[in-house]
Amino acid sequence: MKKNSLSITAVSALILAMLAVSCSKNSGSAAPAPSGGNPSSGQILINGAGSTLDYPAFTKWFEVYAAMDTNVQFNYQSLGSGAGQKQLLNQTVDFGASDAPMTDASMAGAPGKILHLPIVGGGVAIVYNLPGDPKLKLDGATLAEIYLGTITKWNDPKIVALNQGVNLPDLSIIPVHRSDGSGTSFIFTDYLSAVNDIWANSVKKGASVKWPAGVGIGAKGSEGVTGQVRQLPGAIGYAEVAYADQNKIPYAAIKNAAGQFVLPTPDSVSAALATATIPDDFRFSIVNAPGDKTYPIAGPSWVLIYQKQNGDRGKHLVAFLKWAITDGQKISQTLDYAPLPDALQQRELKLLDTVTY
Amino acid sequence: MQAIAFICAVLVIAPLVLVFYHLTRLGFSSINWAFFTQLPKAVGETGGGMGNAIVGTFVLLAEAAVIGVPIGVLGGVFLAEYASSSGISWWIRFGADILNGVPSIVWGLVVYALVVMPMHGASAIAGGVVLGLMMVPMVMRATEEVLHLVPGGYREAALALGISKWKTILQIVVRTALRGIVTGVLLALARVAGETAPLLFTAFGNTHWARNLSQPISALPLQIFDYANSPYDDWHRQAWAGALVLLLLVLFINISVRVLTRERWRTKS
Amino acid sequence: MNAAEATVTKAVPGMKRAIPRVSRFGDRAFQWLTLIMAFSIFVLIVLIGFELFYGARPALEKFGWRFLVSSTWDPVNDVFGALPYIYGTVVTSAIALLIAVPLSISTAIFLTELAPLWLRQPLVIFIELLAAIPSVILGFWGFYVMVPWLHDHIYPVLRSGLGFLPFFRGSDNGPCILSAGIILSIMIIPIITSVSREILRSVPGLQREAAYALGATRWEVTRIAVLSYAKRGLFGAVILGLGRALGETMAVTMLIGNAPYVGTSVFAAGQTLASVIANEFTEATDNLYSSALFEIGLVLLGVTLVVNALARLLLLTFAGPSVKPQQ
Repeated sequence: MKKNSLSITAVSALILAMLAVSCSKNSGSAAPAPSGGNPSSGQILINGAGSTLDYPAFTKWFEVYAAMDTNVQFNYQSLGSGAGQKQLLNQTVDFGASDAPMTDASMAGAPGKILHLPIVGGGVAIVYNLPGDPKLKLDGATLAEIYLGTITKWNDPKIVALNQGVNLPDLSIIPVHRSDGSGTSFIFTDYLSAVNDIWANSVKKGASVKWPAGVGIGAKGSEGVTGQVRQLPGAIGYAEVAYADQNKIPYAAIKNAAGQFVLPTPDSVSAALATATIPDDFRFSIVNAPGDKTYPIAGPSWVLIYQKQNGDRGKHLVAFLKWAITDGQKISQTLDYAPLPDALQQRELKLLDTVTY
Repeated sequence: MQAIAFICAVLVIAPLVLVFYHLTRLGFSSINWAFFTQLPKAVGETGGGMGNAIVGTFVLLAEAAVIGVPIGVLGGVFLAEYASSSGISWWIRFGADILNGVPSIVWGLVVYALVVMPMHGASAIAGGVVLGLMMVPMVMRATEEVLHLVPGGYREAALALGISKWKTILQIVVRTALRGIVTGVLLALARVAGETAPLLFTAFGNTHWARNLSQPISALPLQIFDYANSPYDDWHRQAWAGALVLLLLVLFINISVRVLTRERWRTKS
Repeated sequence: MNAAEATVTKAVPGMKRAIPRVSRFGDRAFQWLTLIMAFSIFVLIVLIGFELFYGARPALEKFGWRFLVSSTWDPVNDVFGALPYIYGTVVTSAIALLIAVPLSISTAIFLTELAPLWLRQPLVIFIELLAAIPSVILGFWGFYVMVPWLHDHIYPVLRSGLGFLPFFRGSDNGPCILSAGIILSIMIIPIITSVSREILRSVPGLQREAAYALGATRWEVTRIAVLSYAKRGLFGAVILGLGRALGETMAVTMLIGNAPYVGTSVFAAGQTLASVIANEFTEATDNLYSSALFEIGLVLLGVTLVVNALARLLLLTFAGPSVKPQQ
């Protein structure tokens, strides 16, 4: 009895000690330095949330930017574009990120004017998991039928016809789509609606999509979609090309409006960006763009901020955004994002100058 | 019949063995100094660790203990010492058992409405509150049970000496039962340490060290969930390691509690 | 007169005067403090109910009862119905019970009636430890280890052997309703087993002896004397397991495939009440959307409260306060 109570005291003391250590760590001074150097205690934390399409770009930017402004630290949660919009509307984050533009209706419910700032151009890669990793070609009509559940096998004649000479297995297709509200879904369904009437009339385009029941599975975030496709033989999914490249997952060449099969690359997405006429509120779409070299399933991704910013925090955020829109583009390009055209960069800087603090 | 029952028993414990085996095989080699001390790297890059999540888990547990232990222990004292057999104690006990069955995701929604919305943002406080509230019924029931085991003679002797009742309870009854109360608290902590669902929209996750309690904070289960959900090999590796660390933490508490309360167990069985 | 004084007075009649009245205030204050803490249980229950109801009000007003029977979940057009999620919750829980109940009760019988004494205690500890594995770890392990194995070895057998049933038709995705049901069964087995074991142990030895005296075999003793005596308590244990299965979130979210579905195939991806909240709450963009998710939470709370209350009542009426159900 005596011995036992002694040992339980010891165990609880141990656990309390661990708690105490973790608390003192948390207070700041004792914490090991994050990768960007040891920040001062008066550091500002700027929170963002939203698009998973942007996520790899953001984390890379934050890492580089940490050395340029040591007074500020960024925290970004990749929860999906829908979440980015919601959290901005609820003012639970300093900035949102979304690959679907906000609707007039949801902006009307906001407590202040919201600015859309295109931050990168992204190509949505059609990734798949097939034995031997063959290179596939697909078109919009076939993709629509796969996601509508009318094409269910990889050796379906329609897929075979597009891929002469590729040995396609008798394997069930598992279409993987996003379960969360997603700008990538928006770009993808925007494209399918543009090329397939059945899709345009039944499922329609949107960030939150009413997927045909019983077809395929849902996954959370671009991470989730790519993760499921990697794990499940026969799966097909869609995600920003950075996710596919980082994980060496094969993706299909897609037939564009000019009839050419094109892979998503910074060049082919830039080509699509170049065709766009961009309105002053920067809300535009570039799916199924004309031209031989354009990749058809692409879109801009926006950072969403309030025009009225909160003092010092706002200044730091705007400074970062100005950097990301200009110099940052070279960094995001290494992750296969398409850089913003120069003219667009200049127009955005002008818009950022209208921000009040 | 004996054979069938034996096979059933083997099937029942097989998942424990398999989970432990796979976690060890896939995670053990990734447990190193960097894993405990470093922050996550940029998405898709190799290296980094789960330092933020490990610290976050302990911060959240400390907060949860601060909230859950006083309420739970004092409530348990009321049940055992003041209202032992009255009708109201039946209802409280029943309520505590019911509360124990409230799904953890529902707790998350409630604390979101209660703490996150008014504070305009997810925070370590909200995460601590949700885990602390979940601990209350567990700690209360555990405390009550061990207080009942304290012989009535202790109380009567103290009261006969003219010691007031509240001092009797705190200095004699609770002290005698302290070991059991601590056991109950540790088990409750072990249970909430693995909770993920209620933290999704309260603690929210943070890829840096949380600098104060009003900021979002990460926790091991949250980061395991994020990493498991990702396509990156390096994150999977770390998620296995994180899962192994979390499992070892939870099992360590459970096993040490069992070993330390061995006597009670032996007499019970 | 409070309980303490009553005890003393009863023990030593006529002594009441002699007792010095020390710290009456301290006693009162402490009693009130503990009372308030104990009543926090009710406060919490009311608070949970109120917050969910308050959050769900816009959806409750807009959709009424249709919310429970409509299968349209369309955040774009603000039309919400919870049927696919209720369906997913019911089916995964049913699958979990189908697997868990026979296994758990046989194991409980093994532990109380059949196993050699030296084996009982280690097995009990193993089962308690199984209950301690965090849900997210089981989900993680389930997705990367269990599902591929089921997909390769078990599901094809089910499809070819039982494909004439509507349940086992269609191509399986790996993550699906059946996978989620199986992981749920792993999670509720420890609860049902340990509560059942307590129940069986509380069956009076006299019951068994009487049956043996009548010449019953060991199996007959178990079946007639023990099981039929403990029926009600075992049912309580099962219902308690059901309560846990209904609200389980993480492991299910990771294994069910997260796509709303109402239909017969268990190979299809589904979605449960808990998993839809986990998936969609952080990004519910407008008021009605998050309100609909609060209403889902309210439905989930209502169902689990009823189920847990039923389980506790069954256990209490079976055994009185001596059996302590563990969670």
